[in-house]
Amino acid sequence: MNALRRNVLKGAAGAGAVAVAVAAGLLKPTQAMAAWNKAAFESKSVGDALKGLGIASPADSKDITIKAPDIAENGAVVPVEVTSGIAGTTSIAILAEKNASPLVGSFGLAGGAEGFISTRIKMGQTSLVRAVVTAGGKNYTAAKEVKVTIGGCGG
Amino acid sequence: MAEPMRIRATMAGDVADVKVLMNHPMETGTRKDAKTGQLVPAHYITEVTATLNGKTVLDAEIGPAVSKNPFLGFRVKGAKAGDTVAVKWVDNTGDKNSAEAKIG
Repeated sequence: MNALRRNVLKGAAGAGAVAVAVAAGLLKPTQAMAAWNKAAFESKSVGDALKGLGIASPADSKDITIKAPDIAENGAVVPVEVTSGIAGTTSIAILAEKNASPLVGSFGLAGGAEGFISTRIKMGQTSLVRAVVTAGGKNYTAAKEVKVTIGGCGG
Repeated sequence: MAEPMRIRATMAGDVADVKVLMNHPMETGTRKDAKTGQLVPAHYITEVTATLNGKTVLDAEIGPAVSKNPFLGFRVKGAKAGDTVAVKWVDNTGDKNSAEAKIG
């Protein structure tokens, strides 16, 4: 959460006004969304996405478990569960390597949250689903292949 | 205003298991409308934060590759039954929503 952005939203008297401002070109979407890591989410490769998150060469780890189907019939909804057995996990990022933009989400954990995230993602095609875990300032990674029968990233 | 969101939080030992279901189209901006052939504008949640009794436990940034009507599950150690879990999100148009639930 970014205090400045909070104020921007408040100052514009709510979300609707911001949307109008964006539409009118008064506010560029990038300004309205300063806190969101646009560069990382729009990266076209796994390497660039990780760079955008400030993660360099994560080490492979057997302590990360990715639970996802071997074959996903519908790429629009692929359940993915990441469990990190690494003590002090502070962040889990999920990437679908062959998506047009690989980064799916980055989940910061604090205040007793365990190294666990469960969600549902879209996958354009068969690819590795990669989890990158940050713990104690170090980065670890693991991946699992999910075969996709029908892609879920467009029409 | 956005559709309501559902939160279910249950205790398993000393760990709270929280499941959140948000109502949101999560349009990527690359899908074409079947009738008009026009691109459907991007519309997706960008940030989700969750607090336990007012203290942040999850601060997530997500992109359009999260499925429609996003599901999010996480676990918090040291929570107790009766504690309050609050979740809020913001999307790329500036729309937002929040909800809270007691751990049962």
